[in-house]
Amino acid sequence: MKFERKDILGIKELSVDEINFILETAESFLEVSTRKIKKVPTLRGKTIINLFYEASTRTRTSFEIAGKRLSADTINISSSTSSVVKGETLIDTARNLEAMNPDVIVIRHSASGAPHLLATLVKQSIINAGDGAHEHPTQALLDMMTIKEHKGKIAGLKVAIIGDIEHSRVARSNIYGLSKMGANVVLAGPATMMPRNIEQMGVKVFNKIEGAIEDADVIMMLRIQLERQKQSIFPSLREYSQHYCLNRNNIKMAKKDVIVMHPGPINRGVEISPDIADDPSFSVILDQVNKGVAVRMALLYLLTGGSE
Amino acid sequence: MPNNKNVKTVMDKDGIERCLTRIAYEILEKNKGMENLVLVGIRTGGVYLAQRLQKKMSDIECSKIPLGILDITLYRDDISASNKKPRLGETKINFSLDDKIVILVDDVLFTGRTIRAAMDALIDFGRPKMIQLAVLIDRGHRELPIRADFVGKNLPSSLWEAVRVDLVEKNGVDEVVIEEET
Amino acid sequence: MKMLLTGARIIDPAQNIDSRLDIFLENGKIAKLGENLSKSLKLKDSEKTTKIIDLAGMILVPGLIDMHTHLREPGYEYKETIASGSAAAVAGGFTSIACMPNTNPVNDNRSITEFIIRKAAEAALVNVYPVGAISTDSAGLKLTEFWDLKEAGIVALSDDGQPVMSAALMRRAMEYASSLKLPVISHCEDTNLSADGLMNEGYYSTILGLRGIPNAAEEVMIARDILIAEFTGTPVHIAHVSTAGSIRLIRDAKKRGLKVTAETAPHYFTLTDEALQSYDTNFKINPPLRSKQDVVAIKEGLADGTIDVIACDHAPHGRTDKEVEFEYAANGISGLETSLGLSLNLLSNKIINWPELITKMSLNPARILNLPKGTLETGADADITVIDPQVKWTVDVQAFRSRGKNSPFNGRKMQGKAILTIVGGEIKYDGR
Repeated sequence: MKFERKDILGIKELSVDEINFILETAESFLEVSTRKIKKVPTLRGKTIINLFYEASTRTRTSFEIAGKRLSADTINISSSTSSVVKGETLIDTARNLEAMNPDVIVIRHSASGAPHLLATLVKQSIINAGDGAHEHPTQALLDMMTIKEHKGKIAGLKVAIIGDIEHSRVARSNIYGLSKMGANVVLAGPATMMPRNIEQMGVKVFNKIEGAIEDADVIMMLRIQLERQKQSIFPSLREYSQHYCLNRNNIKMAKKDVIVMHPGPINRGVEISPDIADDPSFSVILDQVNKGVAVRMALLYLLTGGSE
Repeated sequence: MPNNKNVKTVMDKDGIERCLTRIAYEILEKNKGMENLVLVGIRTGGVYLAQRLQKKMSDIECSKIPLGILDITLYRDDISASNKKPRLGETKINFSLDDKIVILVDDVLFTGRTIRAAMDALIDFGRPKMIQLAVLIDRGHRELPIRADFVGKNLPSSLWEAVRVDLVEKNGVDEVVIEEET
Repeated sequence: MKMLLTGARIIDPAQNIDSRLDIFLENGKIAKLGENLSKSLKLKDSEKTTKIIDLAGMILVPGLIDMHTHLREPGYEYKETIASGSAAAVAGGFTSIACMPNTNPVNDNRSITEFIIRKAAEAALVNVYPVGAISTDSAGLKLTEFWDLKEAGIVALSDDGQPVMSAALMRRAMEYASSLKLPVISHCEDTNLSADGLMNEGYYSTILGLRGIPNAAEEVMIARDILIAEFTGTPVHIAHVSTAGSIRLIRDAKKRGLKVTAETAPHYFTLTDEALQSYDTNFKINPPLRSKQDVVAIKEGLADGTIDVIACDHAPHGRTDKEVEFEYAANGISGLETSLGLSLNLLSNKIINWPELITKMSLNPARILNLPKGTLETGADADITVIDPQVKWTVDVQAFRSRGKNSPFNGRKMQGKAILTIVGGEIKYDGR
């Protein structure tokens, strides 16, 4: 197949063939990270700008490592150091960056749709590294890659996503991706964290964690953002963790060989008990991080090149 | 492609086998045995040839020589200019290359660019004592100062001809053909 | 100045007229309406002083009135001025417009009202009727001087752009305004429910990851205002109705004989929230574009009279207000120049007929605002809109007279357009 996209804005737009192609390409890059010299000359002379309007260590580092292992020059611009503070608009920032002629712009932004705006403005390839509560395509791709490695397939698996679905771009991208790949996706969380009409995305919704994780092959726990407590989305962390925390006890309801995922960073003891998070027989959390670099290398490799 | 190509077979199954047997002996002769020797086949044709060489050499010396697989896509010098990315293959070298004599195996030696990429890749994996090159066909037209240590057959060709090595493992038949655009 | 307009189909719901007639204008007033006026008026003697316009095939109606526009002056002249907004109005077929008070400073005192009226007179295109603020700075805390504002020239009161969140203040406003015969126009939005919402709350807000504004944010306030109106026995006008639940509440209130009137805007019966999928900020408005079911209900409300008025909520913005992340973009559509074209679709879709359309775009706004307009009766102001119902055209925001080029309808194919706008007997727009 030919991969002809200019941008990676979301999983929603990707076909099953495209997802498979990205995952296959990422497989090949996994090996590069195991070498003594973890670098290939493929993108020598290419410039990748990581434009981060929202704090992120994990994703930004992952993109930076991915770029560097491909020999590209990577430049990080984060909101605290950029002209954002000076009140420059995204449009002006974009035009300035464009004038410097990078090859790929990776953008993380708290406003949903910001990468789409950027993509309409500049000729360079845009990779969405997470926009608001919309999508986080590279996370979903690395999650799918992790699942595929551990389960050998995605189709037919029961995947439970637990927590604050409403504010989660990881959930949305995974719902799109996993559903396309044939998984049975179920959600659980308090009603206040369940966005309206989410069922129309083809998922089943439970208010209690038990219904969702029963016989699950994969459990994906989402991070609870502590500031949501102030907005009365939930009464207290205590009550949340009593009813939605994944622990030794309720994980028994899932399949014996269930894997537990988390996009990080983890609130230990809130959404996931520490012994589950650290138990290598369940937890594949660090594996996800490892796959992240490979997936991002794959996307950088596939998106860069002559635009003729 | 029935009518617009003139296909000429230049080597058959037996010819390929004889070439490989000779190369196996030459490698062993030149390196005085298999000690410190490893094989690395370049995807995809080189891998099958390396596997055959591995078997032949093991049969001769009664011990197995390590075999690695190398995909050189990420080292190609035309990769960043192209917007159609070739599908990546797996690279699998499960042993150290440090102080080893690496026999790099490919099917056709042409411009030398693939071999340049492969040598760069090998050096990223370690510091071999020596790299030697074995190819089934050398068709000339080098663009880089590269030569093969072991050659199955020198096949002078013109630039508008294509040299194709079919192998049972890949195409179901062993033969080397020259295709000429008519 | 005399003018004779001949051969058009004249629709005047106030007089129950819908037939092919001539109309004669003199001294800025409607002098006569009848058949073959050229003969009876013996115009042969006065052809030089009377302008005769043949309007065969055209529709002639009392001048259209848009009771909900934002002219942005004073304060936001880069978005719109009273002059540019007036030009947009006549090009859209409007002879009168009411402008909301959310300028900077807010129209909450006599001096701002007088400024607007003076600027409108200088532009001399369209009748501009200022709407005064209910509360000082539209902050919802303290009533403005309604009486003084009325003497200065306001025709209604509203904190539009903001709801009056205090039910007590709204009650006082409705009581006090009623004694002055000033209508109160309510921007119905419970800001606790709409919170920082960016679009309609539903499937599309869910997949786009944009914070939702629930239908209930509008409906809770409409219910409240209906209850206050019932208790105080005063009228209330509900601005920009967008949901099915709102239609149900207003229909019910009308059935019970309450003095509740309501308006909707063309985008609420034309577009749904599905349109936001490209994150195009031109679709960002408040209240937001709603679901398919809501659009169906709005059309039913138009058909059965629950919705009295079509007003475009003309909200012009500059490029810098819209060319930003969706979250940061300003709400609003520059609507004066597309309102009639979009509303004419209600005719082709058989939702309402011509007299009903003209009632909602001229007669009813005049009645609600107590304006001596909206009719072609002899002696009335010669405010006339002539519509070519056949002409096909394409919306081009760059050709807008409005400074606000923010229209989601750019490039849309339309049929039917105002080709002649006459205000006070003078042609202010001629698109023939």
